[in-house]
This record gives sequence, C-alpha cells and structure tokens, in this order.
Amino acid sequence: MSAVVARPRLLRGLPLVVVAVAASVLAYVLQGLGFADAVPSDVTLFAVLFGVTAVAGWAAVRWLAPRADPILYPVAVLLSGLGLAMLFRLMVARGHPEIAQNQAIWLGVGLLCLIAVLWFVKDVRQLDAFTYTIGLAGVILLLLPVLPGIGEVVNGARLWVRFGPIAFQPAEFGRVLIVIFLASYLAAKRELLAEGVGRWGLPRAKDLGPLLMAWGLSLAVLFLERDMGASLLLFGVFVVMLWVATGRPAYLWIGGLLFVLGALLGYLAFSHVQDRVDYWLHALDPATVHDIGYGQLAQSWFALASGGMVGTGLGQGSPTLIPYVGSDFIFSAFGEELGMLGTSALLLLYLVLVGRGLRIGVDQGNPFAKLLAVGITATLALQTFVIVAGVTRLIPLTGVPLPLVSYGGTSKVATFVMLGLLLRTSSGERT
Amino acid sequence: MNRRVRRLGIGFVVMFALLFGQIAYVQVFAAGRIANDPANATRQQIAEYDVQRGPILASDGTVLAESIDTGGEDALRYQRRYPQGDLFGQITGFYSSVYGRTGLEQTMNPYLGGSAPELATSNLTDLVLGKPKKGGTVVTTLVPQLQQAARDALGSNRGAIAAIDPRTGDVLALWSNPSFDPTELATGSAKEQQAVWDRLNADPEKPLLSKAFQELYLPGSTFKLVTASAALENGVTVDDPWPNPRVLDLPLTHGTLENFGGETCNGGSKTVTIVQAFTSSCNVPFAEIGLDLKADKLSEQAQAYGFCPTLPPDETGCSDPMIPFATSFQNGRFPQPSYFEQNDPLLAFSAIGLDNDLTNPLHLALISSAIANGGNLLAPRLVSEIRDPSSRVVKRFDATDSVSHPITGVTAETMRQMMVNVVEGGTGTAGRIAGVTVAGKTGTATNGEGEPPNAWFTAFAPAGPDETPTIAVAVIVLDGGDLKDEATGGTVAAPIAADVIQAWLNLRGGA
Repeated sequence: MSAVVARPRLLRGLPLVVVAVAASVLAYVLQGLGFADAVPSDVTLFAVLFGVTAVAGWAAVRWLAPRADPILYPVAVLLSGLGLAMLFRLMVARGHPEIAQNQAIWLGVGLLCLIAVLWFVKDVRQLDAFTYTIGLAGVILLLLPVLPGIGEVVNGARLWVRFGPIAFQPAEFGRVLIVIFLASYLAAKRELLAEGVGRWGLPRAKDLGPLLMAWGLSLAVLFLERDMGASLLLFGVFVVMLWVATGRPAYLWIGGLLFVLGALLGYLAFSHVQDRVDYWLHALDPATVHDIGYGQLAQSWFALASGGMVGTGLGQGSPTLIPYVGSDFIFSAFGEELGMLGTSALLLLYLVLVGRGLRIGVDQGNPFAKLLAVGITATLALQTFVIVAGVTRLIPLTGVPLPLVSYGGTSKVATFVMLGLLLRTSSGERT
Repeated sequence: MNRRVRRLGIGFVVMFALLFGQIAYVQVFAAGRIANDPANATRQQIAEYDVQRGPILASDGTVLAESIDTGGEDALRYQRRYPQGDLFGQITGFYSSVYGRTGLEQTMNPYLGGSAPELATSNLTDLVLGKPKKGGTVVTTLVPQLQQAARDALGSNRGAIAAIDPRTGDVLALWSNPSFDPTELATGSAKEQQAVWDRLNADPEKPLLSKAFQELYLPGSTFKLVTASAALENGVTVDDPWPNPRVLDLPLTHGTLENFGGETCNGGSKTVTIVQAFTSSCNVPFAEIGLDLKADKLSEQAQAYGFCPTLPPDETGCSDPMIPFATSFQNGRFPQPSYFEQNDPLLAFSAIGLDNDLTNPLHLALISSAIANGGNLLAPRLVSEIRDPSSRVVKRFDATDSVSHPITGVTAETMRQMMVNVVEGGTGTAGRIAGVTVAGKTGTATNGEGEPPNAWFTAFAPAGPDETPTIAVAVIVLDGGDLKDEATGGTVAAPIAADVIQAWLNLRGGA
C-alpha cells in the first residue's frame, strides 16, 4: 500500500500544474486566434518559458516545503497564466505588448520571491519573534509615499515611491508585514483582549486601543495617500483578524461602526470619494456616460453585458474600450470575452484559494500560524471582493488589483510573498 | 478559533455569492438592456459590422448591394458595396458607419443583419461551426434591364419613373434622376463620408430622396383618373351631358376655372360627355363633375385609391399610410371633406388635381395598375423573398395578401376604354406603340405663373379589350424637361412612358 502511495506523493500537485500551464497556453493561443486570426508566432516561447517557470516553481515548493498544500500553487499558476494571456491580448490591441512582457517578468520575480520566502523562512513561527519590528516596518512602508521627494501621485492617489529608476507601491508590502504583525500581536494578546467584557458585551475602553490605532492608520492611508482601496483592505483585515483572535462579536460591530464613520469622514472630506459614489450611482446616465469616471464603469458594464453567458471568445470582444482595462478592469475583459462562464470560473478559482487558505488556518495548532493564514486569506478574499464588486457596480469602485491577474508588478510580487507564507504555514506543524 | 475561521469562510462564501449574483444580473438577466444602451454604440456597431451582411438582389439575381470582407483587423470588418452605382441608390438606400441606414438597408436590416428569428437556425449552425455570422439575402422584384431602360428613357430630364406589374403588384423599376451612389457613403473614412454627405445634402435636387416615391407633386390632370372613377362609381354614365362653357364661373367667388390653355373643349359643343372630357383632358367639365359629386364622394374615392386624408394648411402629413411598402413611401394626399366645407372653388380645383392634391409616380402607377387589374389594387411588392445564407427561402412576401377594391370591375372596364381613347386620339397620342394597345392619361401640373409645368403620363399595356396588362407605368418630368414652358404631359412624358413599356414588352418577348 505504501509503495503505491509513495510515487504519486513525489509528484503531488504536478498534474494540476501541468493542467494550469496547458490552460494558460491554450488561452494564449485562443486570444491570438481570436484577435489576429493566427496562432501567436511566439507561442512556443510563451509555452516553454511559462511552463518551465511554473514547473520549476513547483519543484522548488516540493523541495523546500514538501508538506505544503498541493492546490494553492497550481491555482496561483492558473490565475497568473490566464491573467498574462489576457494582458497580452489587451496590450497587443493597445499597441503596447511590452507592458505584458513586463508583467511576465514580474511573474518570474514573484515566483522567485515565493521561493525565497520558503528558503529563508523555514518555520513561520520564526516571524513571531519580531512582532514590533515587523509592525513598525509595515507602518513605515505603508506611509512611505507620504514622504516628500520620494512619493509620487498617480491618478489622484499617493501610492508610488521612486528610488532612481525603480518605482513601486510599498503599501502592498506594508500590508503583508502588517498582517504578520497582527497575527503575532493578536496571538500574544488575544486572551487579554477577549477578557473583561462588561454587561453589554463590550470590550474595556483600554482594549479598544489597538482597534482605534488600526482605524487611525487606515484613515491616515485614506487621508494622506487618498487610497480608498488600501485603507478599506487594511481595516477590513484587521477587524476580521481581531474577531477571529478574540471571538468577541462586539469587535465586528464596533469595527463596522468605525468603518461607517471613516467612510463618512472620507466622503465629506474628499471630493474624489464623493465622485466615486456618484460614478457608481449614475454610471449610465446619458448626460454623463461619456465622462471618464462614469464612462469606465459604464464601459465595464457594457463589456460584461456584451459578453453575456458564453462571451465573444478570447480576442474577439472590444474590452480595450474600457479605460484601465489591464489593471482595475481586467475582470470585465474576461467577462466580455469568456462570458459569465469565464467570470464564474475565475471567482471559483479565488474561492478555492480562499477555501484552501482558511483550511490551512484551521489545521494550525499555533495561534500565530493560524492567524497568519487567516489574515493572508482574508486579505486576498477582501481584495478580490472589493475589485470585482467595484467593476460590476455592486459597490463604488476602489481601485485595487485583482490578485495575480491584474497588471501591477508590486501587487504580483506581494501576492506571491503571501502565497509563500501560506505555503510555508501549511507545510509546518499540524494538529 | 477554528469555529470562527469556519464562520469566516461562510462569510466569504456569502460575499462571493453576492458577486455571482451581480455577474448573473449584469451578464445574463439585464445583459440585453445594458448592451443595447445607446452609449454602447461602438460595440454595437462593431458587432453589426462583424456580420457578413446579406446581399440585396434584383429579381434576376443581379447584385444590388453586397458586403465585402475588408480582411484587415479593422474594427469594422465587413463593408458594403453597391455594384450598380447610382442605378438603385434610393431603393437600397445606404449603409453608413457614420450616417446609419436608409432604404431597404434600414427596413430589411433584421434580415440583412441576420437578427430576424427566421434566420436563427442558420445562425446557430454558423455558431457551432465557428463561422462568421451571415445575414439573409433580400430578393427584390426589380428588373435591372427595365430600370436601365427607364433611366435611358428619362435621359437628362429631371424626374422619375415607376413601373409595376399589375397582376402581382411587383415593382419592376423605380428610377429617379438625379440619384446617388450609396457606396460613397458606405466606405471610406468618416471624413470622406462626411464630404459626400455634405455634397448630397447641399444639392438642391435632393438626390438622396427618390422622386418616384419619396417626394410629392401636384398630380394635375392625371387626378382625373380618380375623379372619373368617383363619378362612374356614383351613377354618372358615359352618356350624361355636361355643360361645356369655355370658362367656369366658380360659386361664391369671382374666381374662374379654365381649360388648359384657355381652349374650348370638344370644338365648343354645348355639352360634352365624361368620355369626351377625359379624352381631351378638359378641366371645366371635370370641375363640374367634382362639384356635382360633392367633397364626400371625391374624398372617399381618393382614399380608396390610397390617398392619405389631410386637412391643409396645418395637417398635411400622413401618419397612417394606407399603402404598405417595403421602404419609406410617401402616399399621395387628398384633403378630407371638412376642408371643402363652404369652399366649393377649392373642390373644383381639387377635382382636376390642383390645390392640395399630391402624388408621385409610384402612387400614380398603382392607380393605373388597379384599373388595369379589373379594379383590384395590389399593394406594391418590392421584396419578394428572404433567403438564408444557404439559399433556402425562409420568408415570402405576397402582394395578393393586401388587396383592396377602389372601383368595381365595370368601372375599371369603362376607365380602360377611356384611357385607350386618350392614347388613340386624345392628349396622349405620343404614348402610342405600334401593334400594342396602350391606355394612358396625361397631366400637366402648373408650377405657378411663368414657371415651366411638371409633365405627367401614366399608362398600362397591353390594354386591348380582352388583354391582360403586364405593365403599368407613371412618369413625371419636372419643369417641362427639354420643352420648358411648351411642355405638356402628352408631349414630354408620354413618349418616355412608351419607351419603358416598349422595353418591357421586348424583354418579355425575348424571355
């Protein structure tokens, strides 16, 4: 019996990686056929590079974290591959294939970072030792763009930091560090924070400190950087982790109230927050539908609706009519060309990712490891929700990248770092 | 903590369920409404031009309009060409990426673009086979050689010709000079299209509109077909004597009404019959007949022939056309009875096709064809059938589905004899054809004092006692044509009509 099991265990997860690579290459071929009526001339290059990278990544994960979850990595490869194929399709149509090539390089960098995480972090509990160092680093990275001289404003938000030729969004990494900090902090303090609940089920005033600090930090991100998406994610992840750690529903209610208050403050303070709400409510008004803010939401809806159930086929729609289709609105591009079947498949892949992440959390005996897995998973889940709900007009749009799929180097690398931590967590101690 | 992690999982599933609900709403349930939003015009047009639009064919298969694959990865893949140039421009209309659609391109769009339910099966086949979507073929009743003959016959005259087969209602030819080449509006950049558009719209001749069926003109004496029909339908006999003064004093006013050129009718005899008055196209007796019939009867007969009732000067439009047609068709106009209350002089002028009477060659040819067809008016049929891309007929149009009876067979027979008289020995002798009995009616409609008149002629043939007419035509030559002020329907329009009839009989003989 053990002899029969042994061989498949060696190659565990490889078939899924092969399927993910095959599906991505197929998507790349189909977008070429749909867009230019020809198989892309560089399909072999794409297949070999992507395939070799993906399989090498798989081998590295098997080697460095043999007991890691076998599903996470193939799902990440599939999402990345589909995103890359779509990005090539969009950027060729826009006349900028180098942007997609760029993203392919970032994918490689991201995988290297994932491997580096597995290489350097042999046990996630190592990270538990540097609670406040990591927390401080996280806050600094989060607020780095505010510093004059190195911060840059793009599209109204102060997200970018430039050191010479290298520009990146430190908040993406700051968020990862803050999740690690929170896991560490809450693992240590959760019993204290859960205690001393009064007659109303409310925490003591002094236990509200961390919550108010997180709220303040989120508001700082919103007010100083004007980044609604990051602010929302930060606060949301914090509240979720606090609740999971303490088991006090009161934190959820108070967090919700603080969120409403913060949102209200933001709405009153910033015209661009008011604009976002107005775009959302009146995207299709004939009077404003051709203005950019309304127009991009309207075009997103048009793309999704034109795709219908089965879509136009890859390369055969007109997703480039949507402004920022490669970053914020790539989900709508999938909606147009692969229809509701395609968007549902994407959402299901994210659900698999989220499900595996929470499963890893459940499996952990160590509170820090458990909270880390939950925090990372919640980050990915909320991020996916915020951007998909934004482009489908379920909620006002706040631009965050669709994990692993959207264009954006920093986001891709940060996501792979989170996946690396999740994989390392899953390969550690089990109860 | 694990219980809460599981609850968190449920929370995330609920959030994703909201996303699934939203994409189902946007992509499926509300997708049609959203995708058809006017602001989504670019995508709609790309989708439209992604279909290989079906061709428009003449009755013999000649291509009047076709779609060419531009091959390139242009956003607008298929473009429209009209191989016959300007010969059928106003009938097919144009299909422009900037100015939309007109003519059959507009009215037949569901078939040509493949969206009609009749074409769903073939669309599905294409979808399954991964072929580009193709539209259906629109087959018209037009006869290209006759269209060309009509163009040749009219020559450089400004005017229009309509030719119909009275037996079927089939429209054989509809020529209007000047015309336009729709290809110019269907290809080229937006800028080039705009230049063509501006030129065509600046042209005072309005080449985008067909004078044969989209413009309206005073019918003049050709309206005596309607007045005579009303008289015969209401008890007037061919022998009734009508007073025959040179000038008719109109009641209630100091106004008068004269015969054409102020001449006496029938050599100045004391009385004339309706037959004599019709043959020589005398105005005075027909004004008397109109006054005798009263407004009700004349208006009723006009409506039976498809004239739209109006109430000038305010209500002159036709919101409810009586004669269906495959493309936009201006039915003639005749005032409703209340217009004539207390105003007999207007009735007198209306009885001879002046005042607020309006018509065009297609409508006039329909009146002739009703007389030729024993009093049965068939709706004009321009499109005979729709074929799917594999040439299967998916829809037929039948003119006999829409028949009315403006006059009885007896009246039709009397009218035939009277019209034959016009050509044999009346105002229309220039419409004679050797060896063929032609029935016709002339008209010379004033364009105002000192202006050359519009010359009319309508006819059908063969019109012998027991013959079945195979063609009815109507011709208008604007502003007297070459003859200017000297022009009459008999001198200018009748020979043109005869040429067209001759061409048709030759074509049939050769068939």
